[in-house]
Amino acid sequence: MKYTIKEDPHKNEDVQEIMAISGQNIFSCFQCGRCSSSCPMAEFMDILPNQVFMLLQEGNVEPLMTAKTPWICAACFTCTVRCPVGLDLAAVMEAIREKQLRKNYDYVDPYKVEERDILPPIAMVSNFRKFTP
Amino acid sequence: MKKIMFYPGCTLKGVAKNLEDSTIESARVLGYELMELPNWTCCGAVYGLAQDSVKFTIANVRNLIRAQEYSKEIGDNRLIAVCSMCYNNLKRAHIDVMKNRDKLKTLKLFMDEESEYEGHINVQHYLQFLKEFGFEKIKNYVKKPLKGLKVAPYYGCLLLRPREVAIDDVEDPHILENLLRVLGAEVVDYPLKNECCGSYHTVDKKEIVGERTYKLVSVAHDVGADVIATSCPLCFFNLDRRQEIAKAKHPRFENMPIVYFTQLMAIAFGKNSDDVLHFDRHYISPKEVLAPWL
Ligand code: SF4
Ligand code: SF4
Repeated sequence: MKYTIKEDPHKNEDVQEIMAISGQNIFSCFQCGRCSSSCPMAEFMDILPNQVFMLLQEGNVEPLMTAKTPWICAACFTCTVRCPVGLDLAAVMEAIREKQLRKNYDYVDPYKVEERDILPPIAMVSNFRKFTP
Repeated sequence: MKKIMFYPGCTLKGVAKNLEDSTIESARVLGYELMELPNWTCCGAVYGLAQDSVKFTIANVRNLIRAQEYSKEIGDNRLIAVCSMCYNNLKRAHIDVMKNRDKLKTLKLFMDEESEYEGHINVQHYLQFLKEFGFEKIKNYVKKPLKGLKVAPYYGCLLLRPREVAIDDVEDPHILENLLRVLGAEVVDYPLKNECCGSYHTVDKKEIVGERTYKLVSVAHDVGADVIATSCPLCFFNLDRRQEIAKAKHPRFENMPIVYFTQLMAIAFGKNSDDVLHFDRHYISPKEVLAPWL
């Protein structure tokens, strides 16, 4: 991936908002790639976990808002326990989702869910909590 | 019979009756009556990761306050959960409000009837309770050692992560293996024991979960397991039910029964009736594989 800083990310409001919601200092990531190599969902993502940080550091938030990645992350916290600088990437993924959910966006429509009769309640509760406002 | 507080959670009351009854029965054998927490509410299943989120914490704090009151009656401050998600949420909420007292103040604005949370509740997963009870002591209650049964221990995510709630080493846990060995089972070295099953994606992206299940079950076969043992009803559902998708996509895939570790305990303790084990709740029946011990 090409590395070009678009604008001063410290002044980028979206980056600041993601840092505030997640409580993570995205600038401490040094691109070691350990999160991506640990991620069980990486093969289904369009932007790899370490690339999420790269884009944020570039102040390039737009691709993250249309990416599949934050909605593919399963909040398994593998990256969180393995990041050598202690970044909680799961919280950053949540912040990117939250930025959209807080505009009353439904990623999943609960009325369209199939298999309601066999899904365990924790499956639906957790899914709707992550994917609806 | 000693009494101890028990938080069952929603899923144990329906699809995971096999987890609830085998847990209660196995505790009873050890001399403990699991007392259901009065007026408990859903834990919310996943914890809020946003700094400003309070909606994911409030229900859990309410549960903790109820436990605080009930603990005085029972005389034990331990609150036992066996569902990994419930354990994770209750524990995270406890740690969260103990660290961030301001958050507790905000939460109080939403609670009219509850007393203050004093922070004395010791949220434990059933495995931690059993370890504290003493695995060596448990040996004395084993009537039918599971000799020859090869078990892949599966922790998934929520018993181990994030680090602050881990019931054992985050990368190389052994607590479940140690219990299974006490029951007489042969524990296989299962390298994917702490890898995610795909979790809540089972609702809207079940193909992904089918792929995870394919990998997790195939590797369990490769290392020689007869069954996979878990404590999470969501892992259980994904690994059990999503074998249907795995099989449809990968014709050479071989099915494997998934069990709760508490069912294995009940069997080893000689409690093998249908109203404890509820094998009808399994998509892939473990009956045949477990027949020698039933
Ligand atoms: S593991 Fe941490 S430091 Fe390494 S690339 Fe991922 S977020 Fe950055
Ligand atoms: S929390 Fe999300 S990004 Fe991190 S390893 Fe798990 S699935 Fe991947």
